[in-house]
Amino acid sequence: MSSVQIRDVRKSFGNFEVLHGVSIPIEDGQFVVLVGPSGCGKSTLLRMLAGLENITSGTISIGDRVVNNVQPKERDIAMVFQNYALYPHMTVGENMGFSLKLRNAGSDEINKRVKRAAEILALTPLLERYPRQLSGGQRQRVAMGRAIVRDPQVFLFDEPLSNLDAKLRVAMRTEIKELHQRLKTTTVYVTHDQIEAMTMADKIVVMHDGIVEQMGTPLELYDKPENQFVAGFIGSPAMNFLKGHVRVNGVATFEGPNGVKLPLRNAPANSDGKPVVYGVRPEHFTIADDGADAEIVVVEPTGSETQVFAKVGGEQVVAVFRERHQFNPGDKVKLKPDPALVHLFDEATGKRM
Amino acid sequence: MAVIAEPVAADVKRGSLWSRAFESRHFLGAMFMVPAIAILILFLAYPLALGFWLGMTDTKIGGVGRYIGFANFVSLSKDSVFWLSVFNTIFYTVFASIVKFAIGLYLALLLNERLPFKSMVRAIVLLPFVVPTVLSAIAFWWIYDSQFSIISWVLIKAGLLTHYIDFLGDPWNARWSVVLANIWRGVPFVAITLLAGLQTISPSLYEAANLDGATNLQRFRHITLPMLSPIIAVVMTFSVLMTFTDFQLIYTITRGGPINATHLMATLSFQRAITGGNLGEGAAISNAMIPFLVAAILLSFFGLQRSRWQQGGRD
Repeated sequence: MSSVQIRDVRKSFGNFEVLHGVSIPIEDGQFVVLVGPSGCGKSTLLRMLAGLENITSGTISIGDRVVNNVQPKERDIAMVFQNYALYPHMTVGENMGFSLKLRNAGSDEINKRVKRAAEILALTPLLERYPRQLSGGQRQRVAMGRAIVRDPQVFLFDEPLSNLDAKLRVAMRTEIKELHQRLKTTTVYVTHDQIEAMTMADKIVVMHDGIVEQMGTPLELYDKPENQFVAGFIGSPAMNFLKGHVRVNGVATFEGPNGVKLPLRNAPANSDGKPVVYGVRPEHFTIADDGADAEIVVVEPTGSETQVFAKVGGEQVVAVFRERHQFNPGDKVKLKPDPALVHLFDEATGKRM
Repeated sequence: MAVIAEPVAADVKRGSLWSRAFESRHFLGAMFMVPAIAILILFLAYPLALGFWLGMTDTKIGGVGRYIGFANFVSLSKDSVFWLSVFNTIFYTVFASIVKFAIGLYLALLLNERLPFKSMVRAIVLLPFVVPTVLSAIAFWWIYDSQFSIISWVLIKAGLLTHYIDFLGDPWNARWSVVLANIWRGVPFVAITLLAGLQTISPSLYEAANLDGATNLQRFRHITLPMLSPIIAVVMTFSVLMTFTDFQLIYTITRGGPINATHLMATLSFQRAITGGNLGEGAAISNAMIPFLVAAILLSFFGLQRSRWQQGGRD
């Protein structure tokens, strides 16, 4: 186990810079999730950490050692690939013991460690099988087993669940988290799925276009997104954004499109008349007599909750209710955001106000 | 499968025998197979059977032979030239195949790396394959010429030799010379096919092996070689078959000489059958190649059988 320090790391392919100075401190034993839309540089960063890509500038250290020029095999890290990268010509047991075999470990030790890892992952009955004979979830577990056997300083996961079906993905998510709780190995996990990030991470790093937008615990990111990108990326369904202006007339209000008025708890200093983006999460709407006029467009019940798409001031918003309201398309209702949970962003910079 | 409606009985009765036949799946199926079967019989089965038969007769060009049983084979078994040609063929096949495999694999590995001008290098590697065999053989003939050989000329100019090498006049020089020409000609096929095989190996396997601590040599030994083995089996079967039955290169460069030192079974068969007119004896020599070829094919058949890791399970 080891801490990892990423300091001002940049990466260029030719003249094209994909990472513009990324710094991420990772504590010993932490589960860090790098999350962002495709092309944000998260996988590149992970591959640089693994040593599969060169570092253009900046430093990456694992423990006390700067690893910029250290070969992948000497970094003492294990990686789970998106396509698992299992050796097709080796059995499950051979796949898991391969790294030990390369290190000339005795066959007793290899057997012992493979057996232990297989027990942790419930792979014992499959040790003699070949990867082709396994289901997706089983292959995924073998890939993790290959990492566990090594007992490395750091685990790296590169979108490991994206090839699995939805149900299996949820199950494996829990399994990976449980595994981390048991082994407590420092883990860096890359995903584009914010729900995976929210559910698994000790610390989430939201990346976008080669920079870090925000780092923090899942709930910090959910409660206090630093900018409009993070606000829109974290949370499902995504946060509603309405463009408009702050009006301070005794009571602070937000004046949205077509004169819609929405409540603010308090206006930031000197913000009267300022163009802003008003953000409200779907789950923070209530039906109230003093709410804004809304016309229901679509109602999607999921059982545990109901998603309601409605027009407010001509803009479409989503609201989620756990109560079972009887709505029909075309109904007029009054939607009211909870003023304490509303987010305001500067329209020009996207920064939180 | 689409459900095929049963023809109504009344309709069937109205149709002629001919049109009813065309409604029968069995008849139609047989009709569709006729062209393929005709081609196979005419161009494959008949010549093969004729070859077998000729090998059992004393047929000469222009004459009708009679059946003499295994007499041709008995006389061949006492024929030192025939046994020399068997030795030459095996020598030629073994050495040329091994070297073609080694160079081909090396080139394929090289071309699979990131190289500058990669596509140009690939095109150059393919060149020997594109040149018609006889033309390249004639070029080699000049290269090996006792008076005009460019190799001898260069070596003499460089002061490394004092007299011209007799490439095609000395039995062993001639054997190695034709082996070299065959290697030059055969390497592209091996290299390009193995390269195609290499490109099917997922790069993430190498990355995983890299992280697992494999050195370059270990990656080759534990990833490349096992993953490539099915393709190696196919390529080497073809390579061995083509080398064993080679005719053009030898016939153009040495015609089997000097003193039969480079005669392969194929060239000897041609010489006895066509040049010498003894069709029966030539056919017998050709037939004698069959056990060797069958052995090579069987070897690759067992080599080609899908390994256990390739079969079963969902993808």
